Amino acid sequence: MIRSKILIGLVRFLRKLGSDFIDKVWRLGAGTRLFGLMLISSGESFRRFRLVVREVYFTGVMSLVIISVSAFFVGMVLALQGYNTLQKYGSSEAIGVLVALALVRELGPVVTALLFAGRAGTAITAEIGLMKATEQLAAMEMMAVSPISRVIAPRFWAGVIALPILAALFSMIGILGGYLVAVPLIGVDSGAFWSQMQANVDWQFDILNGVIKSIVFGVACTMIALFEGYDAPPTAEGVSRATTRTVVTSSLVVLALDFVLTSFMIV
Amino acid sequence: MERTTIDLWVGIFVALGVAALLGLAMKVGNLTTSNIGETYMVEAAFENIGGLKPRAPVKSAGVVVGRVEGIRFDTETYEAIVSLNVDKNYRFPADTFANIYTAGLLGEQYIGLEAGGDEEVLKNGDKIAHTQDAVVLEKMISQFLYNKAAEPAEPTTVPAESTKTEDDALTDNPLDDLIN
Repeated sequence: MIRSKILIGLVRFLRKLGSDFIDKVWRLGAGTRLFGLMLISSGESFRRFRLVVREVYFTGVMSLVIISVSAFFVGMVLALQGYNTLQKYGSSEAIGVLVALALVRELGPVVTALLFAGRAGTAITAEIGLMKATEQLAAMEMMAVSPISRVIAPRFWAGVIALPILAALFSMIGILGGYLVAVPLIGVDSGAFWSQMQANVDWQFDILNGVIKSIVFGVACTMIALFEGYDAPPTAEGVSRATTRTVVTSSLVVLALDFVLTSFMIV
Repeated sequence: MERTTIDLWVGIFVALGVAALLGLAMKVGNLTTSNIGETYMVEAAFENIGGLKPRAPVKSAGVVVGRVEGIRFDTETYEAIVSLNVDKNYRFPADTFANIYTAGLLGEQYIGLEAGGDEEVLKNGDKIAHTQDAVVLEKMISQFLYNKAAEPAEPTTVPAESTKTEDDALTDNPLDDLIN
């Protein structure tokens, strides 16, 4: 009696595991299909670029405050922590290199993408999920307007445009924050701060690779947000779950992609 | 095509992004010019500058008095010519020593000026005659190892003792006796 109950429980557990896995694979396939469809039908978003500009405003410009404030503090903390360790080895002048490389290579693109997923990705998911729940997307299709080319594609391209810009701003503001802590506050020589930075930050291998990373993150974050919204069950609960999933999935994908990209870039 | 405020904001946003990228591309460089006012330029020739970089500080007695303006290679003497911008407020005798030092064991390199005793002062375009090269760690280590290998294995303690006596001799300065 007890053994059969345990057996049933085990079978249920395995079934749940299997169905969850199949569901994930199904969603991956559906997301890829949506990505392809979106690429094919994104001609309109370039012919009517105003649609994209409007979305750049909502995803990019509106994220400026959170990006700049967090970049400023991240840079300041980097300088403070870096100085604390570097001065033990008598090389506190290398603080500029540390701050700049950490921001340009890693923290700029990654933290921006994480903040972007939280600030803009959730908004995209909730908006599209609600559009679906209130049958606006269905109404568009009824009027022979493709919701993919009218709603999905402009948001995608806006995200791809906005994220690299935000990441570049993040790095720049972070370096300024690091400078403020290192030079006026701690008293590191300002010439050494900048000259060591200039000598050690490579335009191609550090800055360009950072931009490439942020473009890839932009594609991933925006696509996940769009798909979660497009795929959300048309209920209040469904939309809220989709929003949560956007943040979780985007964060994990960004961190995983970061590792893969870094391993490609460091030769 | 009518304009909206959204267009303006997106324009500002994109311009900011381009500016940030440009700033990064210039390696975050031209934002600060050195906060030294009027300067005069002197040159110094070194056989080896080690890892000295342009914009490195020029210090005298530990105080920053200028910056390295540029470094070039002289094909006639096969020496590195380092040009230094020194603050006008600081005057140095013409026989000043220019040394390349390292901040800490592995830190950045800077130029240290040690004043001589000449009546004449360095002027714009002058050349510092007395220089001392950067210490190249590999050279020192290989020299040390070479000496170690060359000397007989037995009396390893002797040089240490001899330096010690030298140190003692230095601390027991005969001048002290004279003064006392």
